[in-house]
Formats: sequence, C-alpha cells, structure tokens
Amino acid sequence: MNWTLAIPEIVLSISGLIILLWGSFEKKGNAFFPCAILSIAAFVAVGFLTLTVQNGLGYHGLFINDEFSRYMKLLIIISGFLCIILSIDFNGKNNTNCFEFIALIVFSTVGAMIMVSSNNLMTLYMGLELSSLALYILCAIDRQSVFSAESGIKYFILGSVASGILLYGISMIYGFSGGMGYENIHHIIASDHALSAGFAIGLVFVLVGLCFKISAVPFHMWTPDVYQGAPTPVTTFLSTAPKFAAFALFLRLMVGPFGALSPQWQLLIEVIAVLSIIIGSVGAIAQTNIKRMMAYSSISHMGYALVGLAAATPDGVMGTLIYLTTYLFMNIGTFAVIAAMSRRGHIVENINDLAGLGKTDPGIATAMAIFMFSMAGVPPLAGFFGKFLVFKAALAADLYVLTIIGLLASAVGAFFYLRIIKIMFFDKAAEPLDKRSLSLSFISFSMGTITVIFLLFLSPMLEMGQIAARSLFH
Amino acid sequence: MMPIILFYIFATILLLSAVMVVCSRNSVHAALFLVLVFCNASGLFLLAGAEFLAILLIAIYSGAVMILFLFIVMTMQTNLVQLKEGMQSYMPVGFCIAAVLVVELIIVAINWHIDPQIAQASQQPLLQNMSNTQALGALIYTDYILLFQICGLVLLVAMIGAIVLTLRKRPNNRRQVVARQHMREPHQSLEMRSIELNKGVDELGGFLRPKETYFGVSQEDSFGPKPGDKMDITEKRQQMKEQSK
Repeated sequence: MNWTLAIPEIVLSISGLIILLWGSFEKKGNAFFPCAILSIAAFVAVGFLTLTVQNGLGYHGLFINDEFSRYMKLLIIISGFLCIILSIDFNGKNNTNCFEFIALIVFSTVGAMIMVSSNNLMTLYMGLELSSLALYILCAIDRQSVFSAESGIKYFILGSVASGILLYGISMIYGFSGGMGYENIHHIIASDHALSAGFAIGLVFVLVGLCFKISAVPFHMWTPDVYQGAPTPVTTFLSTAPKFAAFALFLRLMVGPFGALSPQWQLLIEVIAVLSIIIGSVGAIAQTNIKRMMAYSSISHMGYALVGLAAATPDGVMGTLIYLTTYLFMNIGTFAVIAAMSRRGHIVENINDLAGLGKTDPGIATAMAIFMFSMAGVPPLAGFFGKFLVFKAALAADLYVLTIIGLLASAVGAFFYLRIIKIMFFDKAAEPLDKRSLSLSFISFSMGTITVIFLLFLSPMLEMGQIAARSLFH
Repeated sequence: MMPIILFYIFATILLLSAVMVVCSRNSVHAALFLVLVFCNASGLFLLAGAEFLAILLIAIYSGAVMILFLFIVMTMQTNLVQLKEGMQSYMPVGFCIAAVLVVELIIVAINWHIDPQIAQASQQPLLQNMSNTQALGALIYTDYILLFQICGLVLLVAMIGAIVLTLRKRPNNRRQVVARQHMREPHQSLEMRSIELNKGVDELGGFLRPKETYFGVSQEDSFGPKPGDKMDITEKRQQMKEQSK
C-alpha cells in the first residue's frame, strides 16, 4: 500500500488539528491571527508537497494521483490560501475572528483535495461530505447576523438533499455494475455496451448531486441566498475551492468511467451548460446586491466551464481547466474588493455603494474594473482566454448551437459587468468608503496584475493544462 | 422453514410501520414507529447472519439518533397547521416529481436481472474462521483505512460545528472550575438530617443547600461573585433559625 500518495492531505489535516489544539489552549488573547499564519504556512508547504508527490494509485485503488489531480489540487490550495489572507482583516472587524474559522477552511480544503483524488465512488462521497459539512458551518459562523444563519440552514438542508440524491445514484451504479472503483465501472461499461436503465438513472442522479455542488442551473436556487448571507471570506471560498473539486469530479467521472457513454451524457451537459449561461446572465441584471450579482455571475461561469466538458475532447477539458484558473484569479480579486466595501465601520453590499469609487479611491476602482472587464471576456485580459478555449473546443466538436447561444449570452452578461464600471467611474460620487486594509489591497492588486498579464504565462499554462487533460484520457 | 417465516414476519412489520411513519399525524408516534422499523430491520440483519450490523442498527439508530430526534420534537413547537401551509400549491409539482420517480423505479424494476451467482456469494462467509466483527475490523483497518480516517475527520468537523455554533460567552454565563467541583466531598455541599415524625424541616430550623458557600466552585470571572468575594452561608443560617423560633 502506497500511503505516501496522500501526503499533502495528511499534512494539511495534521496542521488543521494543530490549529485546533493551539486555538483551544491559547488562553490569553485571540488565537485567530497565529492560527491564520500557521494555516498560510501549511498551505504553502502543502502546495510544494503536491508538486513533488509521485503519481499512481494508492490505498487499494481508492486514491489516485495524476497530473490532472495535481492541477486541480493546486487551484484548490491557492483558493484556500487566498481566502485565509482575505479573512485576516475582514474577520477581525466582523467579530468572526475565531480560530475554528481557520480550522474549518483547512478541513474543507482537505475534503476538496480528497474529492479531486478520488478513484472510487466511496472516496468521492466521503471527500464531498467532509468539504460540504465544513462549509455549512462556515456559512452560519457569523452568529450576530440573521442572514448568515439563514444561509447556513438553507445550504445545509438543500445540500443534504443533494448528497442523498448523489448517494442514491451511487447505490444504483453499484447495484447495476457491481463495482465502486472507477476502473471497475469503466471495464463493465466497455464490455457491455447496452446501457441498462438502472445504470442510466444512477448516472443522472450522480450528475444531479454534482450539479448542485457547482450550482449549475436546474439546481442553482440556493446560490444567491447563500452567497449573500455568508460572510464575504466564506463566500469567496464557497465560490472557488468546492466548485473546483466538484468540477474535478465531473471531469474525472464523465471522461473516465463514463467516457464510453459520452454520446448519452453530452446532450445533458449541453442543456445544463446553456441553461446556466442564460439564467446566470439574465438573473444578474436585476440584482442590486453585489454578492447576489456575483452569485448569478458564478452560475454563468460554471455554464461556460461546462461547455468544455460538453465537447468531450482533451482540448475541451483543457479549455475547462484554463477557464477555471482564470475564474479563480478574477473571482477572488472581485471578492477582495467586495470585502473592502464598508462605510463608517459597517459593511455595505449594494452596487450603488460603489458610486464614484473611481474618484474617491482610484486604485481599487481600477482593480475592480479590470476584474469586470475580464469576467465579461474583453480580449487582452485573463477571462477572454478561458472563454476562447472552451468555445474553440465546442466548435471543433461541432456544437454550433451551444456556441452561438453562449456567445449571445456573454454579450448579455457584459451588460451587468459594464454597468458596475459605469457606476464606479461615471456616477456622482457617494460618501467615500473606509480605508481598505492591507491584506485586501494586497489580494485585489496582485489578482488584478495576474489578470492583466495572464497573456505572458499563457503558453506554460496551456502546456500544463494539456498534460493534465491528457492524463484523464489515457 | 423457520427463517422464512421469521423473514416474512419481520418484513411485514417493517413495511407496515414504515408506512405508519409517514402517515401518523403525531410526530412522536412517527418517531416511535421509526424505532420499530429499525428493530425489525435489525431482525432481518440477524437472519442474514450480520449480527454486528444488527446490534449497530439498534444501538445507533434506535438508541442514539431516535432519542435525539425525540428530544428535538419535544423542545420544538411544531405547528401542524403552519407546516401544512402552502401544501395545496406545492401539491401538483410534488405529484409530478413523484410520478416521474415512480415511473423510473418501475423501469428499473422491469430491467432487473439478478446474476445467478449472487445467491451463492451471499451464503459464503466473507472470511473463513472469523466472526463478523473481526472481518469488518480487518477490512476497515487495512483496505479502507483511508475512508475510515476521513470518517473521523467528518465527525471532528461536526463536533467543531456543534461547539462553534452553540457555545457563547455571555456576560451572565455561569461556569464552574471543574477541578474544584471534582475535589469537593459530598458533606461539603450536602447536609444530612434525620427528621422527627410529624415535624417539618422548617421547625428544625430549616436547612440550606449548599451547606457552606454559594460560589465555592464557580469560576472567577463567572456571573455572580466578584473576584475574591466568598459568600459565607452561616450568617444566613443563623437568621433562618431565629426566624423559625
């Protein structure tokens, strides 16, 4: 048994336990800051470990490490790392600076990493539960806010129903194929081309569970409420790490064990992608709360990322990976700007509160404008390349209808991104926002820089994405 | 022959009480029927030779989960009328979804074909010369160690959640020094008296609880005493004695 394959997860779990112990035994003062520093160090160390750990199968085929899992794990670790930095100053002001916050983010990251490395339906489920359970608690962690409690309860109830459906699907797949391991299922499907009805229903149920996690359209209802209610650092985490993990599962399951069935699931993914893009773009227009707007925006981004999967080719998977990478940077940057929005010590979340930011604080307004242009897909910025690659792959796979609808909807989506820029630079200035804290400035400016100069490291990214995508299609 | 009869008895009671869980109007009755379901299910497990699972089902589900559930039912005020609000408007959608699910299940049941080798497989013990418990342990700690450890993490996260969401430090919280509470003897806080016939406690001068001090074990910053302040009880006892005389 090759247990060293899971070294990054083991190290991260142990540092989570150390954070818990430190926090419980620290009597004087607040343990939040030292715990945050400890977790940042742990994330950096685990990032390096993930780069160096070898490939292969471990734990009796329950766990897999390959280039794909390495790529996705790095995205997850980076988002955990940035969320902790984002929370350092924000949580202190918001009275959520308890060390449990840090420990829960760390454990949720561990769960997400296990999801990425799963090679068995049981590992998938355990990783999913670990990551979601920590998230339910994180959503409700601000006990002074009714919205936070509401978002926690809503996410918990709907998430449990989704887990139940996923588990039912897994039991169907197990019952009709006789195997839980991905290779096992792959062999059974490859040897028996006629798809039994029970198996198809199981596959659809598993898809439903995963669609809930990435908030793709028929299962997106929870997203705006949960995003609005949860504290901003939690929303940031919620919109990145678990989404990447669920996407990794999506790609690995659909391409690996269910790869032979691609004609059957392709249409399903296409429909989900188109609906997510349209409803995300149209729904965002009417929002006045910026976190709700970002929720709809993330729904449409997930739709675009699914376009790459709908192509069911290595190029499509590579497009999805690059899309998720650009999404990570511009999304966390935007949320850093949202976290910086406060006036006289109170958090403000309305889009109109940004009015005149271009005059009162040109630096952060420029960063926000960069993120908005990038999300709308304006060419030299990062967001453009993700959209370009997924649509290129979709065209190569002859998905013309999907491409046309996607491009039209992205024109609609550009409206609400550009509206924010208009409010910031051309509206009458409102009362200036409070002075932003150092950690938020650091994240928004560094993410802004990455979004602008993404073109420079596009070719190494493409190469990494290609290697990762190929490792799925062995 | 006997196992088959038992199987049908258990299965019938199980299905009937499962129906009652859904149909009964009183939520406490529903919970108790659920206990009956679990007991019968564990009977089925016993018939199948899985004694460890049978005991687990009773200990965990009937024992722990259902007691918790009953507690919640009792502490929450459930208003059935309020719960049924909007039932009419959601009914058509619910029926549609239920109908789709039923049709799906029927399709699955029609396509069902059982591998003829399965019947033999279930009759063979998992590992020779091993009880159920031993076999499970041997599997959990070897092949499935990863999943077992992740389960541990999930439970830990649940525990953190329960604490972080419910434990509050309010200004009027009363906390005690656990060590001092453990160290003290019964006679320090309790007073034993033999009471004469036809005489009340009041006539004997009354007795007070605790015996010596009110805040003997409370923490310094806890609600109640100021730091260094020890409320002696003897004065009060004297007062009460004088009053009764």
